[in-house]
Amino acid sequence: MENRLQLTIDGRTVWVAPGTTVAAAWVDLHAPAIRRSVAGQPRGPLCGMGICYECRATVDGHPHTRTCQTPCRDGMTITTDR
Amino acid sequence: MREVRCDVLVVGAGPAGLAAAAAAAEGGQSVIVLDENPHLGGQIWRPQAAEANQPSRSVSPRAAAAPPSAHAHRRAHAWHQRAQKRGVIFETGMTLFDAPRTDHLLAVDAAGQASAFSAQQVILATGAAERFLPFPGWTLPGVMGVGGLQAMVKGGMAVRGKRILLAGTGPLLLAVAAFLLDHGAHVVGIAEQASRAAVRRFGTSLWRHPNKLVQAARLFTRLRAVPLLHDAWPTQAEGFGRVEQVRVAAGDRCQEFDVDLLACAFGLVPRTELARLMGCATQSHIDGEIVAVDRWQRTTVATVWCAGEPTGIGGVDLAVAEGLVAGYAASGAFKRAGRAARRRDRARAFAERLDRAYALRPALRALPTDATVVCRCEDVTWQAIRAQPTIRQAKLQTRCGMGPCQGRICGPALAFLTRATPAAPGTATQTTTRPTAATTSSHAAGPSTGWTGDRVRPPLVPVAVNVLIGAGQAPLANHQPSPAPSRHQEISL
Ligand SMILES: Cc1cc2nc3c(=O)[nH]c(=O)nc-3n(C[C@H](O)[C@H](O)[C@H](O)COP(=O)(O)OP(=O)(O)OC[C@H]3O[C@@H](n4cnc5c(N)ncnc54)[C@H](O)[C@@H]3O)c2cc1C
Ligand code: FES
Repeated sequence: MENRLQLTIDGRTVWVAPGTTVAAAWVDLHAPAIRRSVAGQPRGPLCGMGICYECRATVDGHPHTRTCQTPCRDGMTITTDR
Repeated sequence: MREVRCDVLVVGAGPAGLAAAAAAAEGGQSVIVLDENPHLGGQIWRPQAAEANQPSRSVSPRAAAAPPSAHAHRRAHAWHQRAQKRGVIFETGMTLFDAPRTDHLLAVDAAGQASAFSAQQVILATGAAERFLPFPGWTLPGVMGVGGLQAMVKGGMAVRGKRILLAGTGPLLLAVAAFLLDHGAHVVGIAEQASRAAVRRFGTSLWRHPNKLVQAARLFTRLRAVPLLHDAWPTQAEGFGRVEQVRVAAGDRCQEFDVDLLACAFGLVPRTELARLMGCATQSHIDGEIVAVDRWQRTTVATVWCAGEPTGIGGVDLAVAEGLVAGYAASGAFKRAGRAARRRDRARAFAERLDRAYALRPALRALPTDATVVCRCEDVTWQAIRAQPTIRQAKLQTRCGMGPCQGRICGPALAFLTRATPAAPGTATQTTTRPTAATTSSHAAGPSTGWTGDRVRPPLVPVAVNVLIGAGQAPLANHQPSPAPSRHQEISL
């Protein structure tokens, strides 16, 4: 459908409005946890502005992408290491 | 690698950078503006993702039809138009990561492609970040920054019906609370660390700034149903895999809140890394380290100028005025720069009042317990850091501040937690427009107990090795002391 973008997040299909960031799409779909810390604690977005790296995930094969700074594009695939 | 030339390169497309770009172009310069965010406008004017921003949980696209309206903020749009009319080029999604020379800067885009920018003059308008202070539970998912949550909502995150507590300090708490109410959130409370008396004094001083008074009155009307606590801060966040409860100390009482989200930040810290990397001197200030500039916003490096929050936190009006001064001065239009400077000085008086009213209280230094993680990237606890004699030792021994954020989160926290005597409110502010003898150069800093004196090393953000090699830059390992081995090799540097 026009005006909606289709994404695949950890194998699930999601539709979002244009302008949505990957981090926002993720948090709306799941709990706010996106990744695990080095000691295995769950972590989610903190700063929302690209400096804390707590929102990183693999986007279209690019690992460690800061999802809060990444606008969704149609057909994007996102995998997290939650 | 792509190579681009211009007279003036502006880094940052927030209020300061947009104004600087327009002014420099009006002064006859060819101007390029870079910003790492995909949108123009900086923290305050960044556009909102499409309204009715609920990404559908279902697989049916019809379930969440909403009109896309990613329009830029009105004021960002106006500045953008004004700049574009004079031929300013904007490159967004472009992060500046190194400055091998002051006239040769390297940036990388979201796809990992590097570009080199050669410019005679550089205007740094890199803005501020929020200051986070560690307390038990602050690493739980769902605990975010105050502006951080606002940015996520602008990015399309839905908060309708969510119970949200805001905590920290400053008028940003009120502005974001109103913003969240407008987006359908249930704001359960606001915990302001400053005392009611300090805030009231600030409020009464607003008669000097009638437009701010009107804004404040509007905010309080909007927030009249929200409990507002003073002398209050979160002492613990708890929950299973995400924040569910927050305990708040308010005066001598303790209050519990059931929440879905906690938005918590203790003011703003200037982003000075790039300026320091370029050899610009900084000076200490109540806001932390700020970039030292003269009355034309020129740094101690003759061809580098700085405007907006990196020269001291002061809000949007000050950022715009400083941007105009820098842009005009960098293009030699000193008469126009002088007019803008008068506007800047008025805005700065407001900023100084703000600083005094919302200065962080020493009691906040007791927030972290021994077991509290301070460095989130490497999971280093307060106990482990405190066992080290200096911050530098802490870095080498515990890897604190050596993760992907490179100390941008724990650094300002540690600068506050380890500061022996709090800066007296208002002392340093008079000297902010003139470098003084107390000015410190980033390159002169040796091992120190404070965090901020530490040297900045390129790249400013983690960049893939092939980008560095393509840009002719030696890999990071050549510049670094050898820290303890990382427990994660997540990001190739
Ligand atoms: C998260 C957050 C939310 C805020 N919300 C509000 C609010 O609602 N209301 C309010 O009155 N004030 C708000 N503020 C304060 C506001 O930031 C300032 O008043 C004003 O925006 C300062 O303008 P500026 O141009 O100095 O900086 P900014 O607006 O921060 O602009 C700086 C720009 O530089 C870019 N940048 C930084 N480093 C690099 C680099 N290395 N490479 C490329 N680009 C870079 C950033 O992406 C950013 O867009 C907020 C601040 C923060 C940090
Ligand atoms: S939330 Fe901090 S970098 Fe994305």
